[in-house]
Amino acid sequence: MLAPVSWIREYVELPDDVTTDALAARLTALGLKLEAISRTGEGITGPLVVGRVLTMEPEKQKNGKTINWCTVDVGDANGTGEPQGIVCGAHNFAPGDLVVVVLPGGVLPGGFAISARKTYGHVSAGMICSAAELGLGQDGDGIIVLPAGAGEPGDSAFGVLGLGEEVIEFEINPDRAYALSLRGVAREAALAFGAPYTDPVLRDLRTGEAADGTAYPVEVDDAAGCPVFVARLVSGFDPAAPTPAWMQRRLQLAGMRPISLAVDVTNYVMLETGRPIHAYDADAVRGTLRVRRATAGERLTTLDDTERVLSPEDLVVTDDSGPIGLGGVMGGASTEISASTTRVLVESAHWDATTMFRTGRRHKITSEAGKRNERGVDPTICAAAADRVVELLVELGGATAEPGTTYVGAPPAPATIPMLADLPARVTGMAVDADTTVAHLEAVGCAVSRDGDDLQAIVPPWRPDLSDPFDLVEEVARIVGYDAVPSVLPTPTAGRGLTRSQVLRRRVGRVLAGAGLVEVVSFPFTGEAALDALEVPADDERRDAVRLANPLAATEPLYTTTLLTGTLGAAARNTGRGAPGVALFETGAVAFASDVAAPLLGVDRRPTTDELEALLAAVPRQPLHLAVVLGGVRENAGWWGAGRAADWVDVVGTVRDLADELGIEVRVANDQRAPWHPGRCARVDVVTADGTLVPVGHAGELHPRVVARLGLPARTGAAELDLDVLLGAVPDAVRGPVFSTYPVAKEDVALLVDAGVAAGDVERALRDGAGALLESVRLFDVYTGTGVPDGRKSLAFALRFRAPDRTLAEGEAAAARDAAVAVAAERTGAVLRG
Amino acid sequence: MSGPNNSYDPVEVTPLKAEAVDAMREAAVAAIAAAADLGQLKQVRIEHTGDRSPLALANREIGALPPQARKDAGQRIGRARGEVARALAARQEVLEAEHEERMLVEETVDVTVATDRRPRGARHPLTTGAERVADVFVAMGWEIAEGPVIEAEWLNFDALNLGPDHPARTMQDTFWTSPPENHVVLRTHTSPVQARSMLTRTPPIYIACPGRVFRTDEYDATHSPMFHQVEGLAIDEGITMAHLKGTLDHFAAAMFGEGITTRFRPSYFPFTEPSAEVDLVCFVCRGTAVDEAGDTCRTCRGEGWIEWGGCGVVNPRVLVACGVDPERYTGFAFGMGIDRTLMFRHGVEDLRGFFEGDVRFTTAFGTEI
Repeated sequence: MLAPVSWIREYVELPDDVTTDALAARLTALGLKLEAISRTGEGITGPLVVGRVLTMEPEKQKNGKTINWCTVDVGDANGTGEPQGIVCGAHNFAPGDLVVVVLPGGVLPGGFAISARKTYGHVSAGMICSAAELGLGQDGDGIIVLPAGAGEPGDSAFGVLGLGEEVIEFEINPDRAYALSLRGVAREAALAFGAPYTDPVLRDLRTGEAADGTAYPVEVDDAAGCPVFVARLVSGFDPAAPTPAWMQRRLQLAGMRPISLAVDVTNYVMLETGRPIHAYDADAVRGTLRVRRATAGERLTTLDDTERVLSPEDLVVTDDSGPIGLGGVMGGASTEISASTTRVLVESAHWDATTMFRTGRRHKITSEAGKRNERGVDPTICAAAADRVVELLVELGGATAEPGTTYVGAPPAPATIPMLADLPARVTGMAVDADTTVAHLEAVGCAVSRDGDDLQAIVPPWRPDLSDPFDLVEEVARIVGYDAVPSVLPTPTAGRGLTRSQVLRRRVGRVLAGAGLVEVVSFPFTGEAALDALEVPADDERRDAVRLANPLAATEPLYTTTLLTGTLGAAARNTGRGAPGVALFETGAVAFASDVAAPLLGVDRRPTTDELEALLAAVPRQPLHLAVVLGGVRENAGWWGAGRAADWVDVVGTVRDLADELGIEVRVANDQRAPWHPGRCARVDVVTADGTLVPVGHAGELHPRVVARLGLPARTGAAELDLDVLLGAVPDAVRGPVFSTYPVAKEDVALLVDAGVAAGDVERALRDGAGALLESVRLFDVYTGTGVPDGRKSLAFALRFRAPDRTLAEGEAAAARDAAVAVAAERTGAVLRG
Repeated sequence: MSGPNNSYDPVEVTPLKAEAVDAMREAAVAAIAAAADLGQLKQVRIEHTGDRSPLALANREIGALPPQARKDAGQRIGRARGEVARALAARQEVLEAEHEERMLVEETVDVTVATDRRPRGARHPLTTGAERVADVFVAMGWEIAEGPVIEAEWLNFDALNLGPDHPARTMQDTFWTSPPENHVVLRTHTSPVQARSMLTRTPPIYIACPGRVFRTDEYDATHSPMFHQVEGLAIDEGITMAHLKGTLDHFAAAMFGEGITTRFRPSYFPFTEPSAEVDLVCFVCRGTAVDEAGDTCRTCRGEGWIEWGGCGVVNPRVLVACGVDPERYTGFAFGMGIDRTLMFRHGVEDLRGFFEGDVRFTTAFGTEI
């Protein structure tokens, strides 16, 4: 809401020493939030005067441009009274027009100093100004042509242009629709300074002849949708009558474009009173006006020349020809005020706010009228606003007010809210007594009756937002002042601290950061193409994504099912920006589609257990995932020697280290899954307490095609784990280890197995066969080549044995080793290598 | 090895003569003194104390002496060998010290050379920032509640007094999942977590809810379709706006330093009534609006205050929908952007830095914030 200060002051007698800054600050403290203060003409100094163009000679220039060599009468403003020679590039004026001239010595916004200078073969002594050059907006092409009679040559243009006006821009919250008018802003200003206020809708209007009666036949079929419909008629309107400069200026200052007198008057009255008004060309209206709901499929071409297909929920105004307006939202094209309109039918109606909101949304119309109607307008001022429009059309457009006012319906009764007098004190913690409460409620316009501690407040008609006792508390509190709220720490009962999962997630982040990985946070939006790039098959679970109805980008309509879409994107971005290696991790929820609809429950009570269950069941499954990407330089080259690139071992190792750190046993096995290299992909399972395996994710080297497609370093690897599963497997409390201090016995074995046998299987067999003395098994070499037959490989394991209570006797370790090898032989065909 | 020679003629054995032993000892001591390094000393040790050394060989001859001569000779040899051993030990010590000193000199490196064998890791400031916020509230006895980001419309809106036709819904431009008739949205705030908490817990409730939220804002330096919020909810008997103010003052001081307090301005949120915008004393200029150089403070743009978030007393309608008795309990709620808070706390000019994943951005923040 743009509120010119001079307009505010028209309705409230603010002391002269109240600055605009102070006014804005006080109104902000009352809840009308200051967005900006602008001062028109800011940055303009020096002679800016009205001039009359005497002559203009178009001169074609070598650069193809035509300039006008003008002489302009600027009165005595140039000190000589002689015409001023000025070069002007614009063409939207003619000799005789009044224009705005800045003379040498003047300065325009942006520090643009004007001097007489030679240009296009003339000495141009000043400049004829456009609105943009004066910082008055971008509107229109060319220079400003003032209305005839706006001033005399040589007059200062400051007054004529309304420069020096201060305009406060407020951000108006949805509950304070009354402040979308000067009437409302001024009322708040009066409240802020305790200044006398004149309600613009209560003043005497000069259209006293508007007696009861019928101005125009109107029937309202839907009184709930349109509780009040007021119509008035004027005739003999001069369609050529210009909008006076003062009104144009105010409309512009308030952010609206002057269009024509009739339209400008309706807009002006809307700004003044908050009540949107519609004006019809009465000669274009056929028969009785009727307000009803539209029928499905009905069509209407609105003022913006858009043909709209109506819904049975839309309210329309019709005449004998059918719909001629989308009630309260936008008028129709067929009855629009035109350049030949002489009879104007004025509609000032009160509309159902919900219908306005839905219609606006349905047809994607945001209009000044709709914005007010959907938030709630004072229903009692329809007639006053219509009269005001008539008054202005008569006064400015030479029209004659036709007798009679059509008034259909009645404004809804204002709400009465019961409240205990101490409620403001109990809710705000401020000391507010009953008298203060009553006084402040009356100050905002409530009629308050009091019976002991019980108050009854009848809310003013311009405050449809006030419906609950707590609404009244806010009114009292904002007048007492929020600054008076004391600062008191509450005293909660003992809390339980972070949850296990919260603690573990911090631990995961620290472990990975400690391992040299950098955390990223990516958007979860993705598309089929991104999943294609990862070669995710059509029947893969990861294709079962939650789809957005209104994605920002048509190419990313999905909420991702895999963090890798984002994490790999970040990896590629780093690579593209010259990072020699990437080591990233990310945690976040992925989601899988649900086709269950969530119920829309009532809000007047807690949902039942069944209702709540149905609600929660419709929420898509959103497991928390962890992604890891490692590619390119993992260890830097330096004076110490060569560096090392990340490979699949780093990725699987990172996963295993993380599991170790969390105290979880995981098992890996070769697997095939996109986007991984089919021969270098590990499925990772968590080994649960009862020994069962629960899949937790995959890790390994990415498919070379994926690496190339995404522009990642060669052999980039990645992992994606389900953190919910992983963290769910973390043991509650680690048992303190007991270990032997007796000497260790080391036994190394080299086993020949078929090349396809997994080392993990051999290791597990050794472990199972070695018995209780085994302390550890570690694969320390994998060998193929001389001495190993084709199709076989040699796996060398270091076994360590130790007894808890004694030094092992000669041969005990060897026997345990042999037992281990025997099991390995049985399960994997391993042969001890000589 | 020669054993005792009982048939030995009891005449003196030349090597055991005093002069001979002295000579051997002197030769050994001289050689020890002459040893220039540990290697030479090792050689000297072998030559003068080893099995084939003159003193060792002489010692072996003692058995050949008549019993009455053995004692003298034994003492003589013993003294000599002792003296040699002491000289050796002393020389060893000296040479080791010299050696160590030399080695330390020789091993001197240029410590200014690069040592970055492995790149450093870091946690994301949004993560550590949220943790820091959580720690402030946990320290006050609050708990940290979380919930799904894709959420039932009812929990995101209706339960919070944002009915389907509430104009305020347009304040939060919403991503809807398809089909919209399923009434599932990407949550536009973390408030549905508050609703879930009220529906599943029994008051008193003191929770903070950090998490990511979504709005259909175009992506630019100050807007993002995904951002992060922390919201707080306190439901208890006798809760007032004063408790809200006290909590936010404490929160502000914990995040920005002692003396940084808050200011309330009337505002509007459907889920709170009365509602307020909360501003923070600018922690750079401390409310003076000018920086150290006397220029307009850049952090608060000369206002002395920074817009921080929204808050208010929980609207009783919300309590009713979430099964909390509004006659018995009152509550307060607040919410602020974590990204935004970090932007002004750390002077981040472009919001997109948080989401691009450039490691240079994240690494600067380290592993705690």
